[in-house]
Amino acid sequence: MANPDVAKLETIAREGRVEILRMLTHAGSGHPGGSLSVIDILTDLYFNRLRLDPARPQWEDRDRFILSKGHCVPAQYFCMAKRGFFPMDRIVTLRKLGSPLQGHPDRVALPGIEAATGSLGQGISVAVGMALGLKLAGKAARVYCVLGDGETQEGQVWESLMSAPKLGAPNHHLDNLCVILDYNGIQLDGFVKKILDLEPITDKLKAFGWPVLEVNGHDLAQVDKALDQAEANKGAPTFIVAHTVKGKGVSFMENDPEWHGKAPKPDEAVRAIREIVGDPVPAWAAPIVAELSAMGKK
Amino acid sequence: MAAKASRAAFGEALIELGAVNERIVTLDADLSKSTMTGAFAKKYPERAFDLGIAESGMIGVAAGLALTGQIPFACSFACFLVGRFETIRVSVAYSDAPVKLVGTHVGVAIGEDGYTQMGLEDVACLRALPNIPIVQPADEIETRQAVAYAIEHPGPIYLRLTRQSLEPVHDPAYRFRFGKADVLRPGHDVTVLATGGPVWYALEAAKALASEGIQAEVINVATIKPLDEETILRSAGRTGHVLTVEDHSVNGGLGGAVAEMLSEVMPTPLKRVGVTTFGESGDMKGLYAKHGLDAAGIAGAVRKFLAR
Repeated sequence: MANPDVAKLETIAREGRVEILRMLTHAGSGHPGGSLSVIDILTDLYFNRLRLDPARPQWEDRDRFILSKGHCVPAQYFCMAKRGFFPMDRIVTLRKLGSPLQGHPDRVALPGIEAATGSLGQGISVAVGMALGLKLAGKAARVYCVLGDGETQEGQVWESLMSAPKLGAPNHHLDNLCVILDYNGIQLDGFVKKILDLEPITDKLKAFGWPVLEVNGHDLAQVDKALDQAEANKGAPTFIVAHTVKGKGVSFMENDPEWHGKAPKPDEAVRAIREIVGDPVPAWAAPIVAELSAMGKK
Repeated sequence: MAAKASRAAFGEALIELGAVNERIVTLDADLSKSTMTGAFAKKYPERAFDLGIAESGMIGVAAGLALTGQIPFACSFACFLVGRFETIRVSVAYSDAPVKLVGTHVGVAIGEDGYTQMGLEDVACLRALPNIPIVQPADEIETRQAVAYAIEHPGPIYLRLTRQSLEPVHDPAYRFRFGKADVLRPGHDVTVLATGGPVWYALEAAKALASEGIQAEVINVATIKPLDEETILRSAGRTGHVLTVEDHSVNGGLGGAVAEMLSEVMPTPLKRVGVTTFGESGDMKGLYAKHGLDAAGIAGAVRKFLAR
């Protein structure tokens, strides 16, 4: 959207980082690194872009968002709670028995989740199908999909990257689809470059027929501008390569593969949150710091 | 009615249904000439998509179409379709996306192409998922109705179809009922539960056995999941002997489902006839004889079973 209120979005993303750490600490397991790398992108999508109605999660004309890298769903749960899909208090039930906040997104359990993801490589195919389905139905709604970089090693991702730019032609070009790569450079076993390098990713995508935009995935003004461009693009879907930092915002988590899939202990979470919100701890974050500090003393 | 492959009946039914339902979409992975969706694609080119030889992507796209209100038929050889089990498991089943999965070229009956193209484990795989019913029609008339049912079914569903022609086993008044097995021939000595291609052979076997004084009750199990426990138990209670026949691995298919059900509910002597090895190239007749799926094989299995 033109002239986004970047300061407001940054405030939401900061709160998101705090709530991500809070829910992961309560859960005792999960994926902080990628949740912190993707939160700025999701903040722009959920608070400046997606046409959604939390009161009518199945509204036919809604935009669809699919987190193909489903393990980073804590970032999405924060955004959904903040948008009003469920009360923020519920995030502490993440990964607990009976909670709709499953460890990876569950479409059936939680209205507002568009597809089950977490088995990597599948979400982008479903997003392509949704973009086609909406076109066939004559809907103006758009589809957004966030891929992980490790995930992009999956063969199924490339099947969809090959098909999407041409699928639906000539009458139903999938220009209602935007795929965003959360390119933080780290996967579970280590650095993407060392395990199975994606480079030169931009050239590959262009060769496959995608218009490609590159942004700093933590610069909300840049992210928003690219999403505007994607929306204006006609005749083909758009791919945004978002360069990000794994664990962004927490110095001891940044760029460390250790924090791909390990929840912080309460004292670590408090340290991380203090770093994110600054000193002195603002009033809104104080109860969370107190809550996690108390957990650490048990 | 003449013999017809269930894949051919499927292709014809789809064109008829497509005329009245604009939400029907076909997806193929470079096998539309074999899955018989090609004619639909010619008639409704805007609703037919060939995704190339990329079955995982095709299944994911089908899930997305289903979740945006379309009625996608995702079609390929059963082995290639269900071979992408992980995508079916998460994007279709767990997401509860009402995709119509169509696996053709099932069993050793496909013949000359050999094992790599034979769907022999598809039922076993899909039986493990909580919400995907499995329907395998036995002739043209049943196929047409099963396809119509698949469209009405509110969730995902799997249709298991043959390459080879199937002799009719139903009269034209037959009504397919989802979840119901149908008794094709009554008998009191042994219950023969058959599905798909071997059903007609089971009837032929029953005729031969009758001349020897063995009355076999032949039941067509078109809906393999959920199993029609009521019909099977009623028959098994009378005959005391149950023999299953399927052109699928002997493990995990109809025979497996019946074994699990009977042993929990009403332990009954059971013999499973099915494929116990990898398949191989050959003519269908020879392969059915080798695997005991033809009339002589089924009759022989019944004689041996009852004599023990």
